[in-house]
Amino acid sequence: MAYDAQFRVWRGDADDGELRDFTLEVNEGEVVLDIIHRLQATQAPDLAVRWNCKAGKCGSCSAEVNGRPLLMCMARMSTFAQNETITVTPLRTFPVVRDLVTNVGFNYEKAREIPSFAPPAGLAPGEYRMQQQDVERSQEFRKCIECYLCQNTCHVVRDHEDNKKAFAGPRYLMRVAELDMHPLDAADRKNAAQEEFGLGFCNITKCCTEVCPEHIKITDNALIPMKERVVDRKYDPLAWLGRTITRRK
Amino acid sequence: MPDYEEHGYDVVIVGAGGAGLRAAIAAREGGMRVAVICKSLFGKAHTVMAEGGIAASMGNVNANDNWQVHFRDTMRGGKFLNNPRMAELHAKESPQRVWELETYGALFDRTPDGKISQRNFGGHEYPRLAHVGDRTGLELIRTLQQKVVSLQQDDGKAAGTRYSEGKLKVFAEVTIIELLLDGGRIAGAFGYCRDTGNFVLFRAPAVVLATGGIGKSFKVTSNSWEYTGDGHALALRAGSTLLNMEFVQFHPTGMVWPPSVKGILVTESVRGDGGVLRNSEGKRFMFDYVPAVFRGQYADTADEADRWYTDPDHNKRPPELLPRDEVARAINTEVKEGRGSPHGGVFLDIASRRSPEEILKRLPSMHHQFKELADVDITKEPMEVGPTCHYVMGGVEVDPDTAAAARVPGLFAAGEVAGGMHGSNRLGGNSLSDLLVFGKRAGDGAAEYVRGLAAKYPKVDLASVQSAMRTALEPFERDGREGAGENPYTVHADLQQMMNDLVGIIRREHEVAEALKHLAELRDRAAKVTATGGRTFNPGWHLALDLRNMLLVSECVARAALIRQESRGGHTREDFPKMSAEWRQKNLVCALSDEVRDGEIDVQEQPVPQIRADLLALFERDELSKYLTDAELPAAGATAAGEES
Repeated sequence: MAYDAQFRVWRGDADDGELRDFTLEVNEGEVVLDIIHRLQATQAPDLAVRWNCKAGKCGSCSAEVNGRPLLMCMARMSTFAQNETITVTPLRTFPVVRDLVTNVGFNYEKAREIPSFAPPAGLAPGEYRMQQQDVERSQEFRKCIECYLCQNTCHVVRDHEDNKKAFAGPRYLMRVAELDMHPLDAADRKNAAQEEFGLGFCNITKCCTEVCPEHIKITDNALIPMKERVVDRKYDPLAWLGRTITRRK
Repeated sequence: MPDYEEHGYDVVIVGAGGAGLRAAIAAREGGMRVAVICKSLFGKAHTVMAEGGIAASMGNVNANDNWQVHFRDTMRGGKFLNNPRMAELHAKESPQRVWELETYGALFDRTPDGKISQRNFGGHEYPRLAHVGDRTGLELIRTLQQKVVSLQQDDGKAAGTRYSEGKLKVFAEVTIIELLLDGGRIAGAFGYCRDTGNFVLFRAPAVVLATGGIGKSFKVTSNSWEYTGDGHALALRAGSTLLNMEFVQFHPTGMVWPPSVKGILVTESVRGDGGVLRNSEGKRFMFDYVPAVFRGQYADTADEADRWYTDPDHNKRPPELLPRDEVARAINTEVKEGRGSPHGGVFLDIASRRSPEEILKRLPSMHHQFKELADVDITKEPMEVGPTCHYVMGGVEVDPDTAAAARVPGLFAAGEVAGGMHGSNRLGGNSLSDLLVFGKRAGDGAAEYVRGLAAKYPKVDLASVQSAMRTALEPFERDGREGAGENPYTVHADLQQMMNDLVGIIRREHEVAEALKHLAELRDRAAKVTATGGRTFNPGWHLALDLRNMLLVSECVARAALIRQESRGGHTREDFPKMSAEWRQKNLVCALSDEVRDGEIDVQEQPVPQIRADLLALFERDELSKYLTDAELPAAGATAAGEES
């Protein structure tokens, strides 16, 4: 069942780099990350790649395979033709550290800027009461494994480096929505979403939703409802458009 | 350029999983300046892999639950080798630690009356695990990560900024390679930053080890690349001791196919929610494997077992929910005797037991994992599963109340890297609660220790910094040298295969002895591994450094496994198949006999701390007599057992 596959893997650092060709054995049931590990073990011991759980739970091994942003641990080799050349490159939106590893510090910075959960006054630990149907909305967003594929794909920052300062990206706008929909959160987050974290930049093309390995409906369930909540205070034509053309599942 | 960058902190936490982050929060709240060292990116620690839940006797689903019942279950699960004080603290404090998470923003699944929902799990008498579907570990890590951010924002408010890292900072992708001492006390930690390859010195009077486990020394494992026993090895080299390293938990249900995912965890919740194990003949075989000590608590027939899910007060539990060591051995036997599944496991069937809707609601990650990685729809077909190396019960010998490590003032340990809490076998769900309870205690303990120093901090010996740096760079210097040129990946793969084959789930004296010979050879080969390329994010170099820790820890596992002549929990000796009440009284304690030479492990017997009379009184005398020697048993008629006491 084993066969040899052609791989082109980006090698280099922040200053310089190139795609290099490798021929690598592939066995039944393997994923792209297995082949990258084989490349490390047999031909390129210093090949830089991030990975942890190898089960789609930690969100470390994000890369672009034939131009598609995905988790390498969940990309099965059987989805490619045996004679297809498989090109593996680092996430494009973030600066390269080395080979397939990028500096994802942008995301951690945005994470630190979002005001944290504001506990309700007068409730001691153990006294929180919430209904399952009320927590489920935020729970969907808390499935996020922070692989940053959505951050990498969103054209607001992918194609416009300048926007990074004013735009938190889908992952962190979803975090604002998650807190806003938390049944017991005591803070008001609507103005900040629009004015500090750039919700208005989002024009709901749903690219983030398409690449989410956790299948979170980022646009429909987080960003559009958040736009709707903001619109009470501030008119946003896209939110209006969103409400008229989409229906939440 | 200087040889290394330098930082000064009050407390340095090595590890950013559940235990490390909870310790960091506690130390910061105790007024300390805290650094958290994270081997991977922040938020990717192995805690994220925990699926089932956090065990805490909140009594939300069954009001009969309380800390005494949880304590009893934990001791039974650990076959009474647990440090009883740790098991007591853990059972008492875990509800508070879980409720606290809600104030940090955690969103657990709910009961109909709006409380935190709790689920059944192996070895737990009542539904006890707080959970979020089957991704509880992710919720825990994210909640603690966000609490760290929240503390940074509080610090920022004082400075008029959005956040400040001045008092609490996370150093991501930094690996600690040596602890630094001053007259036997902790003075700091030395490591390197992956993204630059540069070295970094942390001056600090207290270090909390929260580095997790050792599973990457075994071939079939649910553990990630980080689990190379770093904290265990750091503690040993600093002069502390490791307890009961022979006890390694093989989780009964890991994926067995396809080969590339062999070992990946299949949560115990599948069984807690009704899944059953069957062999190739379709037989629900676990009824044949209920050991004498557990016979009173587990059902004899499938009818009774099935009634338990809806009427647990009047029926005994299904044997699929025996503690993990029992289930793993049973699966091992079924496969060995020729009744395994096509790919060498057994069948785990939830499809015929629960509706597709229910499976998708309660086990979404499992559905996703099998669908994407094995092309199996678990709502329609059974899974194939087999044992996988999952957890080490052994670890740094600590003081139960403060988490202070033995023999080294200023060193603390919490979570999987610490020993004692789980005895010879950990119950599912007790890991996440362990992280929270003892993470907090370690952070508090470290803060108290530092306050006691009254600003007189130990001094870092710069000669030891130079020597740590030289050792770390050796793999580069060996490149091209004669006799060198071992590939670190090959040495690692050989170690994993060897440990799996010779010190795995079932152990035999001659095989373990052989393993020790192999370990000596592997140590020689590891001394010849080379690293090529630059220092920036170089995994080959990194593995060369990790190998040293893996070899040291594997040596501890093998030496202790050779000495303990009984079978108990995560240590099964084919030549000594029974539990021995005499051996129950003994801990095996590993120390490094000669600091300079890795692998010179000295193993000593040490008495297990006695169980206090009031804790012993929680058990029936009959049950105690299955574990303890006659001399240890309370006088006949003296115990008034039951959860009422």
